[in-house]
Amino acid sequence: MSDEAVLNTKPITPPAQSLYTPFNVIAGIILIVGFIITIRRFTGGLDAVTNLNDNYPWGIWIGFDLLAGVALAAGGFVTSAAVYIFGMKRYHSAVRPAILTGFLGYALVVIALHYDVGRPWRLPYPFIAQQGTTSILFEVAACVALYLTVLFIEFSPAAMEWLGLRRARNIVVKLTMLLTIFGVILSTLHQSSLGAMFLMAPSKLHPLWYSSYLPVYFFISSIIAGLSMVIFESSLSHRYFAHKMDEAHLNEKEGIAFGFAKAAALVLFGYFAIKVVGIAMDNNWHYLTTSYGTWFLVEMLGFVALPCFLYAVGAREKNLNLIKWTSALTVFGIVLNRLNICLIAYNYHLPADEKYVPHWMEIAISLFIVTLGVVAFRFIVTRMPILYAHPDYQDEH
Amino acid sequence: MEFYTLQEFLTYTKGIAYLLIAAILVSVTGFWLFLTDRDED
Amino acid sequence: MSVSRRKFLGWLGAAGAGVISGGTAKAASNKHFKGYPDSMGVLHDTTLCVGCRSCEAACNKVNALPAPKQDFTDTTVLERKRRTDSSAFTVVNRFKQSESDKQPVFVKKQCNHCLEPACASVCFVGAFKKSPEGAVTYDESVCVGCRYCMIACPFEIPAYEYDKALTPRVVKCTMCHPRVLEGKLPGCVEECPTEALLFGERNKLIKAARKRIARFPERYVDHIYGENEMGGTSWLYLSARSYEQIGMREDLGVTPAPKFTEGILSAVPIVAGLWPVLLTGIYAVSKRKDKVAQEEQSQAVAEAVTQAESQAEVKLKKALVLAKKEKEMAVKKEARKALEKAAKAQKAAEKKAQEEATEK
Ligand code: SF4
Ligand code: SF4
Ligand code: SF4
Repeated sequence: MSDEAVLNTKPITPPAQSLYTPFNVIAGIILIVGFIITIRRFTGGLDAVTNLNDNYPWGIWIGFDLLAGVALAAGGFVTSAAVYIFGMKRYHSAVRPAILTGFLGYALVVIALHYDVGRPWRLPYPFIAQQGTTSILFEVAACVALYLTVLFIEFSPAAMEWLGLRRARNIVVKLTMLLTIFGVILSTLHQSSLGAMFLMAPSKLHPLWYSSYLPVYFFISSIIAGLSMVIFESSLSHRYFAHKMDEAHLNEKEGIAFGFAKAAALVLFGYFAIKVVGIAMDNNWHYLTTSYGTWFLVEMLGFVALPCFLYAVGAREKNLNLIKWTSALTVFGIVLNRLNICLIAYNYHLPADEKYVPHWMEIAISLFIVTLGVVAFRFIVTRMPILYAHPDYQDEH
Repeated sequence: MEFYTLQEFLTYTKGIAYLLIAAILVSVTGFWLFLTDRDED
Repeated sequence: MSVSRRKFLGWLGAAGAGVISGGTAKAASNKHFKGYPDSMGVLHDTTLCVGCRSCEAACNKVNALPAPKQDFTDTTVLERKRRTDSSAFTVVNRFKQSESDKQPVFVKKQCNHCLEPACASVCFVGAFKKSPEGAVTYDESVCVGCRYCMIACPFEIPAYEYDKALTPRVVKCTMCHPRVLEGKLPGCVEECPTEALLFGERNKLIKAARKRIARFPERYVDHIYGENEMGGTSWLYLSARSYEQIGMREDLGVTPAPKFTEGILSAVPIVAGLWPVLLTGIYAVSKRKDKVAQEEQSQAVAEAVTQAESQAEVKLKKALVLAKKEKEMAVKKEARKALEKAAKAQKAAEKKAQEEATEK
């Protein structure tokens, strides 16, 4: 490694600047509002801050925070599997940021669940009180709990390098393979199971979205979400934290974007294909001409087929900018898919005026939680060796 | 043991399945080590 | 959709794509569960219901529910369609075919106490249990409040106490389980003035219902709602109109709810069993590939080195030969030079001698 790079990675003391940057002000406001709503939520019950009702027991805290959140946090398992299991070493510098994003993502999901469930202090009950083994949610809960632990351990070397805990760090690094494999198993299970949860509601979820393939759809689309999030997050990091990146990151960055875009395009193609197969299997073609059908086509063409094509063009023409924007489009598409299944196409048989529309405080809490994540991410990447290799451990990769 | 409902039956069998999963994951780790610890690399 | 295909697909689902060999997701597929023998049920003959709401009042009383906003004798609440909520385990709805319909149909709605309850299947702490007596009971002491049961119930029954901050519960009809254990009738059945509600063994109720249909074929549609819906329910219904017209879904199918996810649940241990094998396999292959690549590389390097070496040797030899030749040439040249010199000198000497001789 050249001298320059080593210079780059010197522990950086935050430059003395005003606390009142636009980022800090906006984040601060969101956090304060979120804090106030949090108090309301836990003193007044769900009714005090949400529009949830008996027909819509799940709102955006499940549709967005849980379903979309878990899918978007799939970058960790996708990247570590690509690098450590499939041996794509050229993407190595993407692993740590992806693991960090994944870890924060799952941590936030768990925080969000504390707002949503009626008695959050009972969240460990499925394991310690009584096991509802026939529930898909039991499996999801077990996998998410275990995977959060796995991600924490996978992330810990960065923190240990920062804190100078060399011995502990080396022990954990030896476990990399094991943790990666566990991560992939757990992710396969719970990503698909989030979709399988809706297998229970064939009479409530619109036939265009309901399919016995739902678990496959959720698993495959989580891979797409994971790949896209890595691209998206790395382009943002590059914009705001370029000074934190070492040569390896800067050099590998483009290759990662092109490689991941290519992979995402391919997976999107497959995803589109199996979605079409799903319609054929249940003979749901006639629904395509209804208004739900139009909406379904918007999702399929605008947020699956289009990004697939754009990614392909971006990868062919080595157009970094196009890839960046496509990753945002794709991420949005996955979020839309989860909201469709959980809210929009759910209870399709109910009259329009009984539909659920989130309360602004629900949205505020979701924003609050995302902001928590961004702040935590910023705190960590400005301190720990995430976007660069720690000078003491550089040669180990 | 007699089961009157599918629900009862599944609660029982899936309970065992989860125990098996735990056993499988632990033992496969051990077995992998046993399988490879004499490899040169 | 056939069960076996659903199962197969579920199986395929968790497997992500491949590794399929038949028969692995067998669990219970050829077992049939008939439910608890002699379990109880209620037959609701909607043709006999007069919409007096006595059952609602009785239910409110026996379950000590909060007082309603409008009194139970007030029938204006029938103007709009209601569902069960956190303060009402049961509601009566009125269905008119048209605005001027002189003979509206009244239907009581409450938990149907499914034989294979969806709510029980999805609860991750197993808070719901189908009791041998027929009731699907709820255990508040373990409920986390995830509300998946409400998502899953095909009859849209469970409600939630959203207004409670610390002790919110799921609420639904208990089929008066405590009363039944004491040998009493469910509150609503006891208070019903017209025998629109009949409590008894489910098997016998079905027989009774069939008899009514057979005796008055012009009065009833030939279908006992709940006999097979979602695998069967403990509450059964008779109607003069199609069930769709009286607010009951006829598209639920006859598959017991736990079947919907049975396949995917069977796939979980399969993934746990095979994924480690598959993944370490891929890892081993990619590592092996790396190693081969590495070996090939080092071999190539070695070859290049030997090649370079041999080339160098050849060069050296050539150089040596060249040097030798050059040397020889140089020697020859020198020799020639010397000879030439000598010759010249001789010539010169001869010349001199000649000159000297001529001079003499
Ligand atoms: S009707 Fe709904 S709440 Fe009642 S037992 Fe069936 S699934 Fe459960
Ligand atoms: S809300 Fe309670 S009873 Fe319903 S599924 Fe969740 S834990 Fe079970
Ligand atoms: S059976 Fe009991 S709990 Fe259920 S509706 Fe009747 S009175 Fe209410």
